[in-house]
Amino acid sequence: MSLAWFARRLLLMIYTVVVVSMLVFAITQILPADAAQSLLGENATPEMLAALRAKLGLGDPAWQQYLHWAGRIFSGDFGISMRTSRPVGPDMLTALSRSLLLAVASIVVTLIVAVPLGVIAALRQGRLADTGVSLIAYLGVSLPEFVTATLLALLLADTLHWLPATGYVSPLENFGDGISHLALPVLTISVILIAHVMRMMRSETLDVLRSDYIRAARLKGLPERSVLFRHALRNALLPVVTIIALDVGYLLGGIIVIEEIFAIPGIGRALMVAITARDLPSIQAGALIMAATYAVTNTLADLAYAVLDPRIRYD
Amino acid sequence: MTELFIRLIRRPQGLVGVALLALIAVTCLFGPALAPYAPEKIDFLGRFRSPGWHNWLGADEFGRDILSRLMVGARSTVPMALIATLAGSAVGAIVGVGSAYLGGRIDEAIMRTNDAVMAIPGLLMALLLVSTLGNGAGNAVIAIAIAFAPGMARVTRSVALNIRNQDYVKAAIARGEGATWIIFREMLPNVMAPIVIESTIRVSFAVMLFATLSFLGVGAQPPASEWGLMVADARQYMYQAPWGLIAPSAAIALTAIAFNLLGDGLRDALNPRDER
Repeated sequence: MSLAWFARRLLLMIYTVVVVSMLVFAITQILPADAAQSLLGENATPEMLAALRAKLGLGDPAWQQYLHWAGRIFSGDFGISMRTSRPVGPDMLTALSRSLLLAVASIVVTLIVAVPLGVIAALRQGRLADTGVSLIAYLGVSLPEFVTATLLALLLADTLHWLPATGYVSPLENFGDGISHLALPVLTISVILIAHVMRMMRSETLDVLRSDYIRAARLKGLPERSVLFRHALRNALLPVVTIIALDVGYLLGGIIVIEEIFAIPGIGRALMVAITARDLPSIQAGALIMAATYAVTNTLADLAYAVLDPRIRYD
Repeated sequence: MTELFIRLIRRPQGLVGVALLALIAVTCLFGPALAPYAPEKIDFLGRFRSPGWHNWLGADEFGRDILSRLMVGARSTVPMALIATLAGSAVGAIVGVGSAYLGGRIDEAIMRTNDAVMAIPGLLMALLLVSTLGNGAGNAVIAIAIAFAPGMARVTRSVALNIRNQDYVKAAIARGEGATWIIFREMLPNVMAPIVIESTIRVSFAVMLFATLSFLGVGAQPPASEWGLMVADARQYMYQAPWGLIAPSAAIALTAIAFNLLGDGLRDALNPRDER
Protein backbone atom coordinates (compact mmCIF):
# COMPACT_ATOMS: atom_id res chain seq x y z
CA MET A 1 0.00 0.00 0.00
CA SER A 2 1.53 3.25 -1.03
CA LEU A 3 2.23 5.63 1.79
CA ALA A 4 0.93 8.65 -0.11
CA TRP A 5 -2.44 6.98 -0.66
CA PHE A 6 -2.64 6.06 3.01
CA ALA A 7 -1.72 9.58 4.16
CA ARG A 8 -4.27 11.11 1.79
CA ARG A 9 -7.02 8.86 3.11
CA LEU A 10 -6.11 9.75 6.70
CA LEU A 11 -6.12 13.47 5.90
CA LEU A 12 -9.57 13.14 4.38
CA MET A 13 -10.81 11.51 7.58
CA ILE A 14 -9.43 14.33 9.71
CA TYR A 15 -10.96 16.90 7.35
CA THR A 16 -14.32 15.13 7.67
CA VAL A 17 -14.20 15.23 11.45
CA VAL A 18 -13.27 18.93 11.42
CA VAL A 19 -16.12 19.84 9.03
CA VAL A 20 -18.56 17.78 11.08
CA SER A 21 -17.47 19.46 14.31
CA MET A 22 -17.95 22.90 12.72
CA LEU A 23 -21.42 21.95 11.54
CA VAL A 24 -22.48 20.47 14.85
CA PHE A 25 -21.21 23.53 16.67
CA ALA A 26 -22.83 25.94 14.23
CA ILE A 27 -26.21 24.22 14.36
CA THR A 28 -26.34 23.84 18.13
CA GLN A 29 -24.68 27.00 19.38
CA ILE A 30 -24.37 29.66 16.66
CA LEU A 31 -27.65 29.20 14.76
CA PRO A 32 -30.00 29.80 17.73
CA ALA A 33 -30.51 33.54 18.16
CA ASP A 34 -29.82 33.18 21.87
CA ALA A 35 -28.49 29.78 22.86
CA ALA A 36 -28.68 30.70 26.57
CA GLN A 37 -32.38 31.50 26.32
CA SER A 38 -33.19 28.33 24.42
CA LEU A 39 -31.18 26.29 26.94
CA LEU A 40 -32.79 27.71 30.06
CA GLY A 41 -36.31 28.10 28.71
CA GLU A 42 -38.79 30.86 29.31
CA ASN A 43 -38.58 30.88 33.10
CA ALA A 44 -34.94 31.97 33.26
CA THR A 45 -34.09 35.08 35.25
CA PRO A 46 -31.87 37.73 33.60
CA GLU A 47 -29.08 36.88 36.07
CA MET A 48 -29.16 33.19 35.11
CA LEU A 49 -29.10 34.13 31.42
CA ALA A 50 -26.17 36.49 31.85
CA ALA A 51 -24.23 33.89 33.84
CA LEU A 52 -24.78 31.18 31.23
CA ARG A 53 -23.93 33.52 28.35
CA ALA A 54 -20.65 34.37 30.05
CA LYS A 55 -19.98 30.68 30.71
CA LEU A 56 -20.61 29.70 27.09
CA GLY A 57 -18.72 32.74 25.85
CA LEU A 58 -21.72 33.75 23.71
CA GLY A 59 -20.48 37.34 23.48
CA ASP A 60 -17.36 36.29 21.54
CA PRO A 61 -17.22 36.06 17.74
CA ALA A 62 -18.35 32.70 16.36
CA TRP A 63 -14.91 31.49 15.25
CA GLN A 64 -13.47 32.26 18.68
CA GLN A 65 -16.25 30.32 20.38
CA TYR A 66 -15.62 27.40 18.01
CA LEU A 67 -11.85 27.31 18.55
CA HIS A 68 -12.34 27.44 22.29
CA TRP A 69 -14.88 24.61 22.13
CA ALA A 70 -12.88 22.49 19.67
CA GLY A 71 -9.76 22.92 21.80
CA ARG A 72 -11.58 21.56 24.82
CA ILE A 73 -13.01 18.62 22.84
CA PHE A 74 -9.59 17.87 21.38
CA SER A 75 -8.11 17.53 24.85
CA GLY A 76 -10.86 15.05 25.67
CA ASP A 77 -13.07 17.38 27.71
CA PHE A 78 -16.66 17.20 26.45
CA GLY A 79 -17.99 19.43 29.23
CA ILE A 80 -20.45 18.88 32.05
CA SER A 81 -23.98 17.66 31.34
CA MET A 82 -26.61 20.29 32.16
CA ARG A 83 -29.05 17.54 33.07
CA THR A 84 -27.01 15.25 35.30
CA SER A 85 -24.11 17.60 36.22
CA ARG A 86 -21.73 14.76 35.41
CA PRO A 87 -18.89 14.87 32.87
CA VAL A 88 -20.34 14.10 29.43
CA GLY A 89 -17.37 12.22 27.94
CA PRO A 90 -17.28 9.06 30.11
CA ASP A 91 -21.10 8.71 30.08
CA MET A 92 -21.21 9.00 26.28
CA LEU A 93 -18.45 6.45 25.83
CA THR A 94 -20.27 3.94 28.06
CA ALA A 95 -23.40 4.52 25.99
CA LEU A 96 -21.38 4.14 22.77
CA SER A 97 -20.05 0.76 23.89
CA ARG A 98 -23.63 -0.54 24.27
CA SER A 99 -24.58 0.81 20.84
CA LEU A 100 -21.50 -0.78 19.27
CA LEU A 101 -22.52 -4.15 20.71
CA LEU A 102 -25.93 -3.69 19.12
CA ALA A 103 -24.41 -2.59 15.81
CA VAL A 104 -21.85 -5.38 15.56
CA ALA A 105 -24.41 -8.05 16.45
CA SER A 106 -26.75 -6.67 13.76
CA ILE A 107 -24.04 -6.65 11.11
CA VAL A 108 -23.08 -10.26 11.92
CA VAL A 109 -26.70 -11.42 11.68
CA THR A 110 -27.10 -9.45 8.44
CA LEU A 111 -24.07 -11.03 6.79
CA ILE A 112 -25.09 -14.56 7.81
CA VAL A 113 -28.57 -14.13 6.33
CA ALA A 114 -28.18 -11.67 3.46
CA VAL A 115 -25.16 -13.04 1.59
CA PRO A 116 -26.56 -16.55 0.95
CA LEU A 117 -30.03 -15.16 0.13
CA GLY A 118 -28.59 -12.66 -2.35
CA VAL A 119 -26.55 -15.35 -4.08
CA ILE A 120 -29.54 -17.70 -4.26
CA ALA A 121 -31.67 -14.93 -5.77
CA ALA A 122 -28.99 -14.27 -8.40
CA LEU A 123 -28.64 -17.98 -9.27
CA ARG A 124 -32.38 -18.35 -9.69
CA GLN A 125 -32.85 -15.03 -11.47
CA GLY A 126 -36.44 -14.45 -12.51
CA ARG A 127 -37.78 -17.50 -10.72
CA LEU A 128 -39.89 -17.82 -7.57
CA ALA A 129 -37.02 -17.62 -5.06
CA ASP A 130 -35.71 -14.48 -6.77
CA THR A 131 -39.11 -12.80 -6.80
CA GLY A 132 -39.65 -13.72 -3.14
CA VAL A 133 -36.29 -12.30 -2.10
CA SER A 134 -36.90 -9.11 -4.10
CA LEU A 135 -40.33 -8.61 -2.55
CA ILE A 136 -38.99 -9.02 0.98
CA ALA A 137 -36.16 -6.62 0.16
CA TYR A 138 -38.67 -4.05 -1.10
CA LEU A 139 -40.73 -4.35 2.05
CA GLY A 140 -37.61 -4.11 4.23
CA VAL A 141 -36.50 -0.80 2.72
CA SER A 142 -40.03 0.64 2.64
CA LEU A 143 -40.75 0.31 6.36
CA PRO A 144 -39.28 2.95 8.68
CA GLU A 145 -37.38 1.52 11.69
CA PHE A 146 -40.03 2.62 14.16
CA VAL A 147 -42.69 0.66 12.27
CA THR A 148 -40.58 -2.50 11.94
CA ALA A 149 -39.61 -2.24 15.61
CA THR A 150 -43.17 -1.75 16.81
CA LEU A 151 -44.62 -4.52 14.65
CA LEU A 152 -41.90 -6.99 15.71
CA ALA A 153 -42.46 -6.08 19.36
CA LEU A 154 -46.21 -6.55 18.89
CA LEU A 155 -45.67 -10.00 17.41
CA LEU A 156 -42.72 -11.45 19.36
CA ALA A 157 -43.11 -9.76 22.74
CA ASP A 158 -46.77 -8.86 23.26
CA THR A 159 -48.51 -11.66 21.38
CA LEU A 160 -46.15 -14.65 21.48
CA HIS A 161 -44.24 -13.62 24.68
CA TRP A 162 -41.01 -15.05 23.30
CA LEU A 163 -38.86 -12.02 24.05
CA PRO A 164 -38.85 -9.13 26.53
CA ALA A 165 -40.30 -5.96 24.94
CA THR A 166 -37.91 -3.34 26.31
CA GLY A 167 -34.93 -2.83 28.56
CA TYR A 168 -31.25 -3.58 28.61
CA VAL A 169 -29.24 -6.14 30.56
CA SER A 170 -25.50 -6.26 30.04
CA PRO A 171 -24.56 -9.62 28.47
CA LEU A 172 -21.41 -9.48 30.65
CA GLU A 173 -23.51 -9.65 33.80
CA ASN A 174 -26.20 -12.09 32.70
CA PHE A 175 -25.48 -13.60 29.32
CA GLY A 176 -28.84 -15.25 28.60
CA ASP A 177 -30.90 -12.29 29.78
CA GLY A 178 -28.62 -9.87 27.97
CA ILE A 179 -28.99 -11.71 24.66
CA SER A 180 -32.76 -12.01 24.94
CA HIS A 181 -33.02 -8.26 25.58
CA LEU A 182 -30.82 -7.55 22.58
CA ALA A 183 -32.72 -9.92 20.28
CA LEU A 184 -35.57 -7.60 19.25
CA PRO A 185 -33.44 -4.53 18.51
CA VAL A 186 -30.89 -6.61 16.62
CA LEU A 187 -33.68 -8.25 14.63
CA THR A 188 -35.19 -4.87 13.73
CA ILE A 189 -31.91 -3.38 12.50
CA SER A 190 -31.06 -6.60 10.67
CA VAL A 191 -34.35 -6.69 8.75
CA ILE A 192 -33.51 -3.37 7.11
CA LEU A 193 -29.81 -4.06 6.60
CA ILE A 194 -30.58 -7.52 5.19
CA ALA A 195 -32.88 -5.98 2.60
CA HIS A 196 -30.10 -3.65 1.54
CA VAL A 197 -27.19 -6.09 1.48
CA MET A 198 -29.31 -8.78 -0.19
CA ARG A 199 -30.16 -6.48 -3.11
CA MET A 200 -26.51 -5.51 -3.57
CA MET A 201 -25.31 -9.09 -3.24
CA ARG A 202 -27.80 -10.19 -5.90
CA SER A 203 -26.78 -7.59 -8.46
CA GLU A 204 -23.04 -8.07 -7.75
CA THR A 205 -23.34 -11.84 -8.21
CA LEU A 206 -25.27 -11.32 -11.44
CA ASP A 207 -22.54 -8.98 -12.71
CA VAL A 208 -19.75 -11.36 -11.83
CA LEU A 209 -21.52 -14.39 -13.30
CA ARG A 210 -21.76 -12.56 -16.64
CA SER A 211 -18.05 -11.71 -16.69
CA ASP A 212 -15.49 -13.19 -19.04
CA TYR A 213 -13.42 -14.93 -16.44
CA ILE A 214 -16.41 -16.88 -15.20
CA ARG A 215 -17.13 -17.93 -18.75
CA ALA A 216 -13.47 -18.92 -19.07
CA ALA A 217 -13.67 -20.95 -15.87
CA ARG A 218 -16.76 -22.75 -17.15
CA LEU A 219 -15.24 -23.37 -20.59
CA LYS A 220 -12.18 -24.78 -18.86
CA GLY A 221 -14.58 -27.44 -17.57
CA LEU A 222 -14.43 -26.57 -13.89
CA PRO A 223 -17.30 -28.01 -11.87
CA GLU A 224 -20.06 -25.44 -11.25
CA ARG A 225 -19.47 -25.52 -7.50
CA SER A 226 -15.85 -24.55 -7.91
CA VAL A 227 -16.78 -21.79 -10.38
CA LEU A 228 -19.26 -20.39 -7.92
CA PHE A 229 -17.32 -20.59 -4.67
CA ARG A 230 -13.71 -20.11 -5.79
CA HIS A 231 -14.19 -17.63 -8.62
CA ALA A 232 -17.53 -15.83 -8.45
CA LEU A 233 -18.19 -15.40 -4.74
CA ARG A 234 -14.75 -14.03 -3.92
CA ASN A 235 -15.28 -11.12 -6.26
CA ALA A 236 -18.94 -10.58 -5.56
CA LEU A 237 -18.19 -10.31 -1.83
CA LEU A 238 -15.73 -7.44 -2.22
CA PRO A 239 -18.24 -4.58 -2.59
CA VAL A 240 -20.11 -5.84 0.45
CA VAL A 241 -17.32 -4.32 2.56
CA THR A 242 -18.12 -0.88 1.15
CA ILE A 243 -21.85 -1.36 1.44
CA ILE A 244 -21.61 -2.36 5.10
CA ALA A 245 -19.45 0.71 5.76
CA LEU A 246 -21.98 2.98 4.06
CA ASP A 247 -24.76 1.28 5.96
CA VAL A 248 -23.04 2.22 9.21
CA GLY A 249 -24.25 5.75 8.51
CA TYR A 250 -27.75 4.45 8.16
CA LEU A 251 -27.25 2.24 11.23
CA LEU A 252 -26.24 5.23 13.36
CA GLY A 253 -29.43 7.06 12.42
CA GLY A 254 -31.57 3.97 12.91
CA ILE A 255 -30.04 3.32 16.30
CA ILE A 256 -31.46 6.60 17.61
CA VAL A 257 -35.01 5.40 16.96
CA ILE A 258 -34.46 1.77 17.93
CA GLU A 259 -32.77 2.51 21.24
CA GLU A 260 -35.56 4.95 22.03
CA ILE A 261 -38.24 2.34 21.34
CA PHE A 262 -36.57 -0.57 23.14
CA ALA A 263 -35.23 1.57 26.00
CA ILE A 264 -31.58 0.66 25.44
CA PRO A 265 -29.23 3.14 27.16
CA GLY A 266 -26.94 3.53 24.13
CA ILE A 267 -25.67 6.66 22.43
CA GLY A 268 -28.82 7.12 20.33
CA ARG A 269 -31.05 7.23 23.37
CA ALA A 270 -28.54 9.44 25.21
CA LEU A 271 -28.79 11.85 22.27
CA MET A 272 -32.60 11.81 22.26
CA VAL A 273 -32.68 12.45 26.02
CA ALA A 274 -30.19 15.29 25.56
CA ILE A 275 -32.27 16.84 22.76
CA THR A 276 -35.46 16.67 24.84
CA ALA A 277 -33.69 18.18 27.86
CA ARG A 278 -31.83 20.78 25.71
CA ASP A 279 -28.60 19.52 27.25
CA LEU A 280 -26.17 21.28 24.89
CA PRO A 281 -22.85 19.62 25.83
CA SER A 282 -24.44 16.17 25.59
CA ILE A 283 -26.05 16.93 22.21
CA GLN A 284 -22.73 18.17 20.84
CA ALA A 285 -20.77 15.22 22.20
CA GLY A 286 -23.33 12.64 21.03
CA ALA A 287 -23.58 14.05 17.50
CA LEU A 288 -19.82 14.43 17.20
CA ILE A 289 -19.10 10.89 18.42
CA MET A 290 -21.66 9.42 16.02
CA ALA A 291 -20.35 11.26 12.96
CA ALA A 292 -16.74 10.52 13.92
CA THR A 293 -17.61 6.83 14.22
CA TYR A 294 -18.96 6.96 10.68
CA ALA A 295 -15.86 8.72 9.34
CA VAL A 296 -13.51 6.23 11.03
CA THR A 297 -15.53 3.20 9.85
CA ASN A 298 -15.48 4.43 6.26
CA THR A 299 -11.75 5.01 6.35
CA LEU A 300 -11.23 1.51 7.76
CA ALA A 301 -13.47 0.08 5.02
CA ASP A 302 -11.45 1.87 2.34
CA LEU A 303 -8.25 0.49 3.81
CA ALA A 304 -9.72 -3.02 3.99
CA TYR A 305 -10.89 -2.70 0.40
CA ALA A 306 -7.44 -1.61 -0.73
CA VAL A 307 -5.87 -4.60 1.02
CA LEU A 308 -8.38 -7.00 -0.55
CA ASP A 309 -8.33 -5.47 -4.02
CA PRO A 310 -4.93 -4.04 -5.00
CA ARG A 311 -6.30 -2.41 -8.19
CA ILE A 312 -8.06 0.27 -6.17
CA ARG A 313 -4.81 1.93 -5.10
CA TYR A 314 -3.77 2.85 -8.62
CA ASP A 315 -6.89 4.86 -9.33
CA MET B 1 -43.73 12.07 -22.55
CA THR B 2 -46.69 9.85 -23.49
CA GLU B 3 -44.29 7.26 -24.86
CA LEU B 4 -42.35 7.30 -21.59
CA PHE B 5 -45.55 6.82 -19.62
CA ILE B 6 -46.57 3.83 -21.74
CA ARG B 7 -43.14 2.28 -21.28
CA LEU B 8 -43.46 2.93 -17.56
CA ILE B 9 -46.81 1.21 -17.07
CA ARG B 10 -45.94 -1.70 -19.34
CA ARG B 11 -43.78 -3.15 -16.56
CA PRO B 12 -45.60 -4.55 -13.53
CA GLN B 13 -43.64 -2.48 -11.00
CA GLY B 14 -44.27 0.73 -12.91
CA LEU B 15 -47.96 -0.05 -13.22
CA VAL B 16 -48.37 -0.89 -9.52
CA GLY B 17 -46.38 2.23 -8.58
CA VAL B 18 -48.52 4.50 -10.75
CA ALA B 19 -51.76 2.94 -9.49
CA LEU B 20 -50.75 3.29 -5.83
CA LEU B 21 -49.66 6.87 -6.39
CA ALA B 22 -52.96 7.72 -8.09
CA LEU B 23 -54.76 6.35 -5.02
CA ILE B 24 -52.52 8.40 -2.70
CA ALA B 25 -53.03 11.54 -4.78
CA VAL B 26 -56.82 11.15 -4.68
CA THR B 27 -56.64 10.67 -0.90
CA CYS B 28 -54.51 13.79 -0.49
CA LEU B 29 -56.83 15.88 -2.67
CA PHE B 30 -60.24 14.64 -1.57
CA GLY B 31 -59.46 12.79 1.69
CA PRO B 32 -61.46 15.07 4.01
CA ALA B 33 -64.48 15.00 1.65
CA LEU B 34 -64.40 11.21 1.19
CA ALA B 35 -63.71 10.25 4.82
CA PRO B 36 -66.73 8.54 6.42
CA TYR B 37 -66.36 10.47 9.73
CA ALA B 38 -64.77 13.68 10.93
CA PRO B 39 -61.23 12.76 12.02
CA GLU B 40 -61.61 14.39 15.44
CA LYS B 41 -65.08 12.98 16.16
CA ILE B 42 -64.88 11.40 19.62
CA ASP B 43 -67.12 8.42 20.40
CA PHE B 44 -66.63 7.04 23.90
CA LEU B 45 -68.89 4.08 23.30
CA GLY B 46 -66.78 3.07 20.33
CA ARG B 47 -63.35 3.12 22.04
CA PHE B 48 -61.01 0.48 20.56
CA ARG B 49 -63.81 -0.82 18.35
CA SER B 50 -62.34 -3.54 16.16
CA PRO B 51 -62.44 -3.24 12.37
CA GLY B 52 -65.89 -3.97 11.00
CA TRP B 53 -69.03 -2.40 9.56
CA HIS B 54 -68.96 0.66 11.83
CA ASN B 55 -65.29 1.54 11.51
CA TRP B 56 -63.72 -0.23 8.55
CA LEU B 57 -60.23 -0.04 10.04
CA GLY B 58 -61.34 0.14 13.67
CA ALA B 59 -61.33 2.99 16.17
CA ASP B 60 -58.65 4.41 18.47
CA GLU B 61 -58.54 5.21 22.19
CA PHE B 62 -61.05 8.06 21.77
CA GLY B 63 -63.31 6.10 19.45
CA ARG B 64 -62.09 8.16 16.50
CA ASP B 65 -62.41 6.39 13.15
CA ILE B 66 -58.96 5.26 12.04
CA LEU B 67 -59.77 5.19 8.32
CA SER B 68 -60.98 8.80 8.43
CA ARG B 69 -57.88 9.86 10.37
CA LEU B 70 -55.65 8.12 7.82
CA MET B 71 -57.43 9.73 4.88
CA VAL B 72 -57.20 13.21 6.36
CA GLY B 73 -53.69 12.55 7.67
CA ALA B 74 -52.41 11.84 4.15
CA ARG B 75 -52.38 15.62 3.69
CA SER B 76 -50.08 16.21 6.62
CA THR B 77 -47.68 13.43 5.55
CA VAL B 78 -47.25 13.01 1.78
CA PRO B 79 -47.11 16.67 0.59
CA MET B 80 -44.60 17.44 3.37
CA ALA B 81 -42.30 14.68 2.11
CA LEU B 82 -42.71 15.93 -1.48
CA ILE B 83 -41.88 19.52 -0.58
CA ALA B 84 -38.85 18.46 1.47
CA THR B 85 -37.53 16.29 -1.36
CA LEU B 86 -38.12 18.97 -4.00
CA ALA B 87 -36.32 21.62 -1.96
CA GLY B 88 -33.44 19.30 -1.05
CA SER B 89 -33.09 18.10 -4.65
CA ALA B 90 -33.12 21.64 -6.03
CA VAL B 91 -30.37 22.80 -3.67
CA GLY B 92 -28.36 19.62 -4.19
CA ALA B 93 -28.71 19.77 -7.98
CA ILE B 94 -27.50 23.38 -8.14
CA VAL B 95 -24.51 22.64 -5.90
CA GLY B 96 -23.69 19.48 -7.89
CA VAL B 97 -23.91 21.12 -11.31
CA GLY B 98 -22.09 24.22 -10.07
CA SER B 99 -19.28 22.10 -8.68
CA ALA B 100 -18.95 20.15 -11.93
CA TYR B 101 -18.95 23.41 -13.93
CA LEU B 102 -16.24 25.01 -11.81
CA GLY B 103 -14.16 21.83 -11.97
CA GLY B 104 -10.57 21.29 -10.85
CA ARG B 105 -9.53 22.12 -7.33
CA ILE B 106 -12.71 24.03 -6.49
CA ASP B 107 -14.78 21.01 -7.50
CA GLU B 108 -12.53 18.80 -5.40
CA ALA B 109 -12.88 21.09 -2.36
CA ILE B 110 -16.68 21.34 -2.69
CA MET B 111 -17.13 17.59 -3.07
CA ARG B 112 -14.80 16.70 -0.19
CA THR B 113 -16.71 19.07 2.07
CA ASN B 114 -19.97 17.66 0.74
CA ASP B 115 -18.80 14.12 1.57
CA ALA B 116 -17.80 15.29 5.03
CA VAL B 117 -21.27 16.72 5.64
CA MET B 118 -22.69 13.35 4.61
CA ALA B 119 -20.86 11.77 7.55
CA ILE B 120 -23.73 13.08 9.67
CA PRO B 121 -26.56 10.54 9.25
CA GLY B 122 -29.75 12.03 7.77
CA LEU B 123 -31.89 11.43 10.83
CA LEU B 124 -29.23 12.88 13.16
CA MET B 125 -28.88 15.99 10.97
CA ALA B 126 -32.64 16.44 10.87
CA LEU B 127 -32.93 15.98 14.65
CA LEU B 128 -30.17 18.53 15.33
CA LEU B 129 -31.78 21.07 13.02
CA VAL B 130 -35.28 20.58 14.42
CA SER B 131 -34.02 20.82 17.99
CA THR B 132 -32.51 24.19 17.07
CA LEU B 133 -35.32 25.52 14.86
CA GLY B 134 -38.08 24.26 17.16
CA ASN B 135 -40.51 21.35 16.87
CA GLY B 136 -43.16 21.38 14.16
CA ALA B 137 -44.05 20.12 10.71
CA GLY B 138 -42.63 23.14 8.83
CA ASN B 139 -39.26 22.97 10.55
CA ALA B 140 -39.15 19.21 10.02
CA VAL B 141 -39.58 19.81 6.26
CA ILE B 142 -36.69 22.32 6.26
CA ALA B 143 -34.53 19.90 8.24
CA ILE B 144 -35.21 17.01 5.85
CA ALA B 145 -34.51 19.21 2.82
CA ILE B 146 -31.14 20.24 4.27
CA ALA B 147 -30.32 16.65 5.23
CA PHE B 148 -31.08 15.49 1.66
CA ALA B 149 -29.12 18.15 -0.24
CA PRO B 150 -25.58 16.69 0.04
CA GLY B 151 -26.67 13.28 -1.27
CA MET B 152 -28.37 14.89 -4.27
CA ALA B 153 -25.34 17.09 -4.87
CA ARG B 154 -23.10 14.02 -5.10
CA VAL B 155 -25.43 12.20 -7.52
CA THR B 156 -25.93 15.27 -9.72
CA ARG B 157 -22.26 16.14 -9.83
CA SER B 158 -21.28 12.69 -11.10
CA VAL B 159 -23.73 13.05 -14.01
CA ALA B 160 -22.87 16.69 -14.62
CA LEU B 161 -19.16 15.91 -14.98
CA ASN B 162 -19.93 14.10 -18.25
CA ILE B 163 -22.17 16.93 -19.44
CA ARG B 164 -19.39 19.43 -18.68
CA ASN B 165 -17.26 17.88 -21.44
CA GLN B 166 -20.00 17.93 -24.09
CA ASP B 167 -19.50 20.15 -27.08
CA TYR B 168 -22.53 22.33 -26.46
CA VAL B 169 -21.21 23.33 -23.04
CA LYS B 170 -17.77 24.05 -24.48
CA ALA B 171 -19.48 26.09 -27.20
CA ALA B 172 -21.38 28.10 -24.59
CA ILE B 173 -18.13 28.80 -22.72
CA ALA B 174 -16.41 29.74 -25.98
CA ARG B 175 -19.08 32.23 -26.93
CA GLY B 176 -18.62 33.85 -23.54
CA GLU B 177 -21.81 32.94 -21.70
CA GLY B 178 -21.84 33.62 -17.98
CA ALA B 179 -21.61 30.90 -15.33
CA THR B 180 -25.25 31.28 -14.30
CA TRP B 181 -26.46 30.83 -17.88
CA ILE B 182 -24.30 27.75 -18.45
CA ILE B 183 -25.27 26.14 -15.14
CA PHE B 184 -29.02 26.81 -15.39
CA ARG B 185 -29.70 26.81 -19.14
CA GLU B 186 -27.11 24.44 -20.59
CA MET B 187 -26.21 21.91 -17.89
CA LEU B 188 -29.18 21.59 -15.50
CA PRO B 189 -31.77 20.61 -18.15
CA ASN B 190 -29.49 17.80 -19.30
CA VAL B 191 -29.03 16.24 -15.87
CA MET B 192 -32.78 16.28 -15.16
CA ALA B 193 -33.50 12.60 -15.90
CA PRO B 194 -31.16 11.08 -13.30
CA ILE B 195 -32.19 13.76 -10.80
CA VAL B 196 -35.87 12.91 -11.27
CA ILE B 197 -35.21 9.18 -10.78
CA GLU B 198 -33.10 9.77 -7.68
CA SER B 199 -35.60 12.26 -6.22
CA THR B 200 -38.53 9.92 -6.76
CA ILE B 201 -36.81 7.19 -4.77
CA ARG B 202 -35.85 9.73 -2.14
CA VAL B 203 -39.46 10.77 -1.60
CA SER B 204 -39.97 7.38 0.03
CA PHE B 205 -37.10 8.14 2.42
CA ALA B 206 -38.60 11.56 3.08
CA VAL B 207 -41.97 9.99 3.92
CA MET B 208 -40.25 7.66 6.37
CA LEU B 209 -38.01 10.38 7.83
CA PHE B 210 -40.90 12.77 8.30
CA ALA B 211 -43.01 10.07 9.97
CA THR B 212 -40.02 9.17 12.16
CA LEU B 213 -39.57 12.78 13.28
CA SER B 214 -43.28 12.98 14.11
CA PHE B 215 -43.04 9.63 15.89
CA LEU B 216 -40.19 10.99 18.02
CA GLY B 217 -42.38 13.98 18.87
CA VAL B 218 -40.43 16.69 17.02
CA GLY B 219 -42.30 16.75 13.69
CA ALA B 220 -46.05 17.20 13.21
CA GLN B 221 -47.79 17.94 16.51
CA PRO B 222 -51.08 16.55 17.91
CA PRO B 223 -53.99 16.67 17.16
CA ALA B 224 -52.79 16.32 13.54
CA SER B 225 -53.45 12.81 12.28
CA GLU B 226 -49.99 12.56 10.71
CA TRP B 227 -49.24 8.85 10.20
CA GLY B 228 -46.06 8.65 12.30
CA LEU B 229 -47.88 10.44 15.10
CA MET B 230 -50.74 7.94 14.85
CA VAL B 231 -48.27 5.06 15.28
CA ALA B 232 -46.75 6.78 18.33
CA ASP B 233 -50.22 7.21 19.90
CA ALA B 234 -51.31 3.66 19.11
CA ARG B 235 -48.17 2.14 20.62
CA GLN B 236 -49.52 2.65 24.14
CA TYR B 237 -52.57 0.58 23.33
CA MET B 238 -51.04 -1.88 20.91
CA TYR B 239 -52.14 -4.92 22.88
CA GLN B 240 -55.81 -3.81 23.12
CA ALA B 241 -56.03 -2.39 19.62
CA PRO B 242 -53.27 -3.55 17.25
CA TRP B 243 -55.25 -2.22 14.26
CA GLY B 244 -54.50 1.32 15.46
CA LEU B 245 -50.85 0.49 14.88
CA ILE B 246 -51.09 -1.61 11.75
CA ALA B 247 -53.24 0.77 9.66
CA PRO B 248 -50.93 3.83 9.72
CA SER B 249 -47.85 1.57 9.44
CA ALA B 250 -49.33 0.05 6.29
CA ALA B 251 -50.12 3.52 4.93
CA ILE B 252 -46.50 4.66 5.42
CA ALA B 253 -45.16 1.44 3.90
CA LEU B 254 -47.50 1.61 0.88
CA THR B 255 -46.54 5.22 0.18
CA ALA B 256 -42.84 4.42 0.46
CA ILE B 257 -43.26 1.35 -1.77
CA ALA B 258 -45.23 3.38 -4.33
CA PHE B 259 -42.44 5.94 -4.74
CA ASN B 260 -39.77 3.22 -4.75
CA LEU B 261 -41.63 1.34 -7.50
CA LEU B 262 -42.14 4.51 -9.53
CA GLY B 263 -38.46 5.41 -9.22
CA ASP B 264 -37.34 1.94 -10.29
CA GLY B 265 -39.94 1.92 -13.07
CA LEU B 266 -38.73 5.31 -14.33
CA ARG B 267 -35.14 4.11 -14.34
CA ASP B 268 -36.11 1.08 -16.42
CA ALA B 269 -38.24 3.17 -18.76
CA LEU B 270 -35.44 5.68 -19.32
CA ASN B 271 -32.67 3.06 -19.72
CA PRO B 272 -34.41 0.17 -21.49
CA ARG B 273 -31.19 -1.80 -21.95
CA ASP B 274 -30.35 -2.27 -18.28
CA GLU B 275 -32.20 -5.43 -17.34
CA ARG B 276 -31.39 -5.37 -13.65
